[in-house]
Amino acid sequence: MTVSQTSFGSHEPVLDVKNLTVKYVGDSRSTTAVNDVSFSIGAGEVFGLAGESGCGKSTIANSIMRLLKDPAKIAAGSISFGGKDVLAMNQDELRRFRWQDVAMVFQSAMNSLNPVLTIGEQMADIFTTHAGYPRKESLRRAAQLLELVRMDPARLKSYPHQLSGGMRQRAVIAMAVALKPSLLILDEPTTALDVVVQQEIMAQIKDLQRELGFSVLFITHDMSLMVELSHRMAVMYGGRIVETAKAHDIYTAPGHPYTQALMGAFPPLTGPRIPLKGLPDGVKFRNIPDLAEIAPGHFVAPFDADAEAAVLEGAAQ
Amino acid sequence: MSHAVLSPARPDVSSLTPALEVRGLGKSFHIGGLFSSQAVRALHGVDLTIGRGEIVALVGESGSGKSTLARCVARLEKPSEGAILVDGVDVLKRDRFQASREFRSQLQMVFQDPFGSLNPAHRIEHFLRRSLTIHGKGGTRQRGSEEQTRRRLEELMTTVGLQADMLDSYPHELSGGQRQRVAIARALAVEPNVILADEPTSMLDVSVRIGVLNLMRKLRDEQGISMLYITHDLASARYLADRTAVMFAGEIVEEGESLDLLANPAHPYTQLLVSAVPDPARAGSYDPIHRAQLRQAVMASAGCAFENDPEQRCSSKEPVRHQVGDPLNRHWVRCHLYRPRAGAGGHALATEPEPGD
Repeated sequence: MTVSQTSFGSHEPVLDVKNLTVKYVGDSRSTTAVNDVSFSIGAGEVFGLAGESGCGKSTIANSIMRLLKDPAKIAAGSISFGGKDVLAMNQDELRRFRWQDVAMVFQSAMNSLNPVLTIGEQMADIFTTHAGYPRKESLRRAAQLLELVRMDPARLKSYPHQLSGGMRQRAVIAMAVALKPSLLILDEPTTALDVVVQQEIMAQIKDLQRELGFSVLFITHDMSLMVELSHRMAVMYGGRIVETAKAHDIYTAPGHPYTQALMGAFPPLTGPRIPLKGLPDGVKFRNIPDLAEIAPGHFVAPFDADAEAAVLEGAAQ
Repeated sequence: MSHAVLSPARPDVSSLTPALEVRGLGKSFHIGGLFSSQAVRALHGVDLTIGRGEIVALVGESGSGKSTLARCVARLEKPSEGAILVDGVDVLKRDRFQASREFRSQLQMVFQDPFGSLNPAHRIEHFLRRSLTIHGKGGTRQRGSEEQTRRRLEELMTTVGLQADMLDSYPHELSGGQRQRVAIARALAVEPNVILADEPTSMLDVSVRIGVLNLMRKLRDEQGISMLYITHDLASARYLADRTAVMFAGEIVEEGESLDLLANPAHPYTQLLVSAVPDPARAGSYDPIHRAQLRQAVMASAGCAFENDPEQRCSSKEPVRHQVGDPLNRHWVRCHLYRPRAGAGGHALATEPEPGD
């Protein structure tokens, strides 16, 4: 890791999420998908958000991009990006904010390319629409972009179906960084890909990040991948952050039982075959309290050790 | 699970008739229009043996043919060539047109998607009872047998780690992990010798995956059921399986004791796969130059690391096998000189251009 480890308050954060609460409002009852979540991402920092399906991590990403649709409602909290209040932006401001300031690569984004337009047409569109370049200049820049992700510029003339999944995903990542955003949100960018391709794409994102210096919000359920890529990370459970610290600290000394379970869910590739427990079916943590600092920069939601252990044991069989 | 290190397979596995044996299995798919004579060879000359009470993992990337192999073995697809032996009997000869009930009671499948494999309109009891009835393991209308069936149902649920009162639940009331356990219980009801599990954990939440793997291991340990575990996740293959076979472009390129195979991968394709698994313990290990060399070695190898193998001479025509390391590990690798057919390389290998190309 050559990029400096940013910690709380050392820089002016690029993104600052404070006490965010998102509810899905139903007729009779509403569900709180994100409950009083706060975190910030510094300049040039890769921040990971880990958790299982349904824990609210994608909802957070969508809140930052202001992509939430009914019945989702931001019930409380604030999101500020470079000092600007994201939640107060009007349509025009949002249009500039998205893609130019913050770009997002969605899960299986490779399937979101338009099948009837060539890659070149779709990439040139970004420059003609958002930056106002003429068509020829746009195409030239599109070719540069492909080179940035080490694809042959001749691919501009290809249609999406002519590319493999990995190449499509690269094209999508190239498109995301086209306007030099200061924050890139990656929502499970490689889940649909094979390991070999996944590793190459992650290496490429790392290179791009070093080259262009943007911050990254990286969302995944794969803890190993996240620890490898992120500087700092947070673990979410049931709409709450249960632990946040430098990625390496969480890897070496996970504090919360849920983090430990999540870490234990990935068998190692070396060493003896040790029985792992994972998280037994039916275990639920409820009423997760606010984070408390257990070591410098390492925050864990307090838990009743005995009670949690009893729950884990009880559900094991 | 009190022991510190998980026990390996029983030592006597090789002396008995294997539970499942695949010999020279091949499968081609016809492509193109009605008059086209083109075909894609999805599998070619696959030999695989699963001993009694042994768990064998089949790993490879998507498109490598591992699911096609599973579908052929489960008789959901008709193989183009080769033989499938269950308990030493060639089932393709015995039941020529479709799988017989006898075959189904010997071999059961667990599929990837527990959300799609359980009919949402029925209670859990229905799935298990149906398995029992069809295969005559209970559920007949004789007097007194209802009680027996009921006991068997509850026993099945306990075996897979579910509460017996969940028999009255509908699938939508269960979590993904619980549903996969029901799918396993349904396979168990038949009392099979072999279970074929095609990516049984890939749709589950990460924290419950281990639980399902532990359950599969427990079934092997307690009931001696052999398993073919198909996955793209090398770490879970290492965790669960006694032996691992690596598939590339429809052929098995390396096979051996799981720990040994992943610690000392001999084939460049296996090395490629192993080096790509994210592991924080060796972060920053990505090396594009080494990667390009491995690709080159897979697709157009110039030499074989086992050139001086006294047992087996190298051959670029025949898929000869070289012994790797200690014979006890039964670890072999296909000769590096043998080249995959043109265009057969997994798309990850064939179409991704390397930097500087």
